[in-house]
Formats: sequence, structure tokens, C-alpha cells
Amino acid sequence: MLSIINLYLVKLFSKGCDILKKQEYIEYVEKRAKRSPILKNCFFAFTVGGTICIIGQLLIDLYTYLGINKEDSGTLTSITLIFTSCLLTGLGVFDNIARVAGAGTLVPITGFANAVSSQAIDTKSEGYVLGVGAKIFTIAGPVIVYAVLSGTLYGVIYYICTLIWG
Amino acid sequence: MDIFIKYLFAFIIGGALCTVAQILIDKTKLTPARILVIYVCAGVFLTAINIYEPLVELAGAGATVPLTGFGRLIANGVKKAVDEKGLLGALTGGLSATAGGIAASIVFGFIASLIFSSKPKK
Amino acid sequence: MKNPIITLKNQPKISASYSVVGHLEKEGPLGNLFDEYSDNDKFGKDTWEKAESEMQLRAVKGAIKRSGLNEYEIDLLLAGDLLNQCVSSSYAITNFDIPYLGIYGACSTCAEGLGLGACLCDSKIIDSCCAVTSSHYCSSERQFRFPLEYGGQRTPTAQWTATGSGAFVIGNEGKTKVTEVLFGKAIDKGITDINNMGAAMAPSAIDTIVRYFTNSEHSPDYFDKIITGDLGFEGSEILKDLLLGNGIDITKNHMDCGLMLFDKEKQDVHAGGSGCGCSAVVMAADIIPKLESGELKNVLFLGTGALMSPMTLFQGGSIPAICHLVHLSSE
Repeated sequence: MLSIINLYLVKLFSKGCDILKKQEYIEYVEKRAKRSPILKNCFFAFTVGGTICIIGQLLIDLYTYLGINKEDSGTLTSITLIFTSCLLTGLGVFDNIARVAGAGTLVPITGFANAVSSQAIDTKSEGYVLGVGAKIFTIAGPVIVYAVLSGTLYGVIYYICTLIWG
Repeated sequence: MDIFIKYLFAFIIGGALCTVAQILIDKTKLTPARILVIYVCAGVFLTAINIYEPLVELAGAGATVPLTGFGRLIANGVKKAVDEKGLLGALTGGLSATAGGIAASIVFGFIASLIFSSKPKK
Repeated sequence: MKNPIITLKNQPKISASYSVVGHLEKEGPLGNLFDEYSDNDKFGKDTWEKAESEMQLRAVKGAIKRSGLNEYEIDLLLAGDLLNQCVSSSYAITNFDIPYLGIYGACSTCAEGLGLGACLCDSKIIDSCCAVTSSHYCSSERQFRFPLEYGGQRTPTAQWTATGSGAFVIGNEGKTKVTEVLFGKAIDKGITDINNMGAAMAPSAIDTIVRYFTNSEHSPDYFDKIITGDLGFEGSEILKDLLLGNGIDITKNHMDCGLMLFDKEKQDVHAGGSGCGCSAVVMAADIIPKLESGELKNVLFLGTGALMSPMTLFQGGSIPAICHLVHLSSE
């Protein structure tokens, strides 16, 4: 008798478990999950991102003032920002800024440099060849890959266009 | 005054590009890595159809410092190289134009790994 | 139908427990209960993986010493952690002359080790064993997420891997008895968000809890505490909410190790702690001593674990989870 009741309970339970249908559960979870504070995040992303760009503009103007041509001063600005970002990453400051700034530090070239240098610092325990050497572009690599791919595609299309329209 | 406006636009356009990415991170399931890929490709595309260059004229570093600016460098480099060398330029132009940034990342990243080691978060 | 709950007739005891933690855990609400800690989370080692091994080594040594047994009197070591191939455990365990079984149940490993060890002792196959688990924020962050210095934001539902290791000696001496064990089933409800592991693990906890109470003579009120091992804030809320919907009320006596270990308001850990070490150190430093002193009489410990790897997630897979139950009671 007891086993029959037990069997019934087990069946009841398996029904009870069915209450948690996969799709329903996913929707339930998504509905109740606390969202990131988007207004606050956007505010910091905007101000920090904007400030980094102003620093960039200051650097461009500085290098131009020093008599460097436009193209090179742009490159030098990128390099200066990359250097600063690598330095702050190494000092353990960058991740603390980024935790607040979010996309504000991610989208400027600083985010790219942080992805490279943090990976380099992190993997050095596996050695400088198989660690740093092999894994330095684990996070930043996709950006270069797709930049080159889309650039090449554009180049081919542009070439065909020049053939047609001269 | 002109200078002030230039810096103002650098701040606003640069900030706006970051804000759009922030909204994408918070509102969609896109991971930061995917967003950066989208940004770079968008940079190439917008430069190719001549929309991005006016933005650079207006905002300066506000448009060149974000990753879309990286895409712009690639597109402009490819275009210039195709003009000079033909189809070969499609392959050589992009990376030559961005060599400075990529090499700097590798060099400084490597030096950072020589000097620093990772720390636990506080 | 056989009762799925394993009742341990000989009631093996937890003779001793020992905890080792990192600096954030030390600063947390349970800070002064832990036996050992490291200011810089490195434990005198040069890599995070070695640091994690060192934590386990110290935890096992401490627990064996406290139990009053000699190393050769321990018949078996059950050890597990979060790293690939359970390396932290394996390297730590080479320091002991004790047979070793590596176990993996993600954050549920502590409950798995306790349950399995108790079953083995109960059946008299062995006289005593030591169960140990560990997790390290820095080593698991590297394996599961991003480099430590990478600048990223976490969502409010993300959990924080605890740095810590807890070891338990199970034998015939002691005041804390292991009376029942219920091993969990792997449950996958389709959650794919690695930043919401509480939600991925909650269904497995619900499954185990419902299975337990349908087959047990006890009601939830019988227990002083029903402790889940790191569902975090989000998972705990889901658990309580959905269990109430199923007619089981655990809101009064439910606690979560992930919420106990850190101060959610003061420490930036979002939805709370997680990792094998989280439930292990909370149990070792807080719950077991309270059972020993008689402050707590009956405790239901549910270790929950998310059984995914970064690779399966990249391939679009969802997160299967498991929950093991251990019923502890005081003499």
C-alpha cells in the first residue's frame, strides 16, 4: 500500500516538476532578473568615453603643434592612449575604472589595449611563448580578424568599382 | 571659440558612440567582444559609404579614438592602397594603416607582462 | 518504489572541519570565524593555481590535526575543485599518503564529498575519510571568464567566486551526525546566461527539495536551517518563490552560503558568492561548529552546482545543474 502511495507521490512530483516547463522557466527568470542600472551606466559611459576622446583631441593638437603631420599625430595619439591603458592595466587601476565606465573605456582604443595587456599579464604564468605569445590576442583578436576581413572585402568591391567606373 | 566647439563635439560624439555600445550591452545579449567586432565593421562600412569622414571632420578624436575609428583607418588604408597598387592593395592596405596601433598594443602589452603580475580585486 | 533518500543507520560523524579563505572573505560578515587566511590571496605561491592547491593542503592538514587522528588513520581523501581536471586537488593531495578520489560537482562538490564520504563510512567500507573542496576567485576567473585585469562590467545577477577551501574529517567521533543523504539529478532548464547561475541552479535545488520532502517524514519546519550552497541572491529568491508555489515553505529557515559569506551591500559581489569553496568554508567555519555546540539541531545542507564549461557555453549550450542534499544533526 505504502509503495502505491509513494508511486503516486512520485508521479505527482514529476507532474510538479513539469510545472517548470523550460520555455516558461526561461521567461520567468528573464522577467524577474534585475537589470543593469542602464541610466547610470549610460551616464558614466558617456562622460568617461567623451573624456577619453577629449584627451585624444588634446594629444592630436599637441602633436600637431609640435610640427608632426596630421596622419602621424593621429597614430601617435593612438599609441599614447594605448601606452596609458597598458600602464593602468598593469597597475591594476584600469579594471576599477572600467567597472564603473563600462563601454566608456571599452569602445575607445583603450579597451582594445586593455584586452591585449590584461591577457598578456594574466597568461605569463604559462610562459612567454605558449602563454603570452599564444594567448595575447584571445580577447582582442576578433576585432583585428573582422577589421581585416571587412577591409579586404571593401578593397575588392572598391577595386571592381574603379574598374567599372574608372 | 572654434576650439571650444571642436572639443565639445569630440566629447559628445565620442560619448555618444560609447553610450550606444552601453545600451547594446545592457539591453541585448551581445557580449562586449561582439559589440567591438560590430563597431569595427561599422567603421569600415560607414567610411566606405563616405558617412564617417564628415563625422571625423566635425568631431576629430571623438570619431577617431573609438573603435569605429580603427575601422575607418582600415578602410582609408585599403582605399589608398588599391588606388596605388590595384587589387593587391585590398590585402596590404588595412594592416599597414593600423600597424602603429596593433604593434603598440603588442609591445606595450608584452612589456606590461614583463613588469606587472595580476592582482586580486579589492 | 524505493525511497530515494539514503538513511545512514550508523550515523557517521563529522569529527573536524577547517577553513582557509582569501582576503575578501576575511573582510566579510563571517570573517573572524575562519581558521586561516591570506592577505593577498596568494598563500605564498607564485601562481593562482598553486595558491588554490596550497589552500587545500592547509585545510586538509588543519582538519586532520583537529580531528586528533593520524594521517595514516584516514582511509580516503575525497577532493574536488573548479579547475580543469581538478588540478588544485590533485596537486594538493600529492602531499598526503592517503588514497584519493577526485570528485567534480562544481559548487555542489562540498555536499557531494560530504554525502559520499558519509555513505562510505556508514557502510563500514572505510572507517574515516576527509572531504575537501576549494575554489579561488583568481584561478576560476581566468578559466571561466576574463583575465583579472580585464575591464568589464558584471550584471546584477552575476555571482562572485569565493576564495577558500574547507575540509571535513568524517569518522566515528564527534557530535555532528550525518543522518540522511539525497544525491541530486542533473537538471537543465535551458538557462544560458553565465551571469545568472543562480537561476540555472535553482531548478535542481527545487527538484532535490521536493524529492526530499515527498519522501521524508520531516517537514521544512523540522529544520533549524535549510542551507543552500551558493544560489546567491537571485537563485535563492527563485527557489523560495517557486517552492511556495509548490506548497513548500522554506522562507523562515532558508539561508544561502553565497549570501552569508559576503556583505552584499558593502562588498561589490553582486548576487553573492559561489564556487566550491563558498559553501565549504561557510559550513566548516559557521554551521558545523554551531551543530557541535548544539546551537543548531537539524540542518539541511543543499550544495548546488552549475555543470557547464566555457566551451559548451560558446557552442550555445545551456547550463545543467545539480543539487546534493545532506541532512546533518546534532547529538
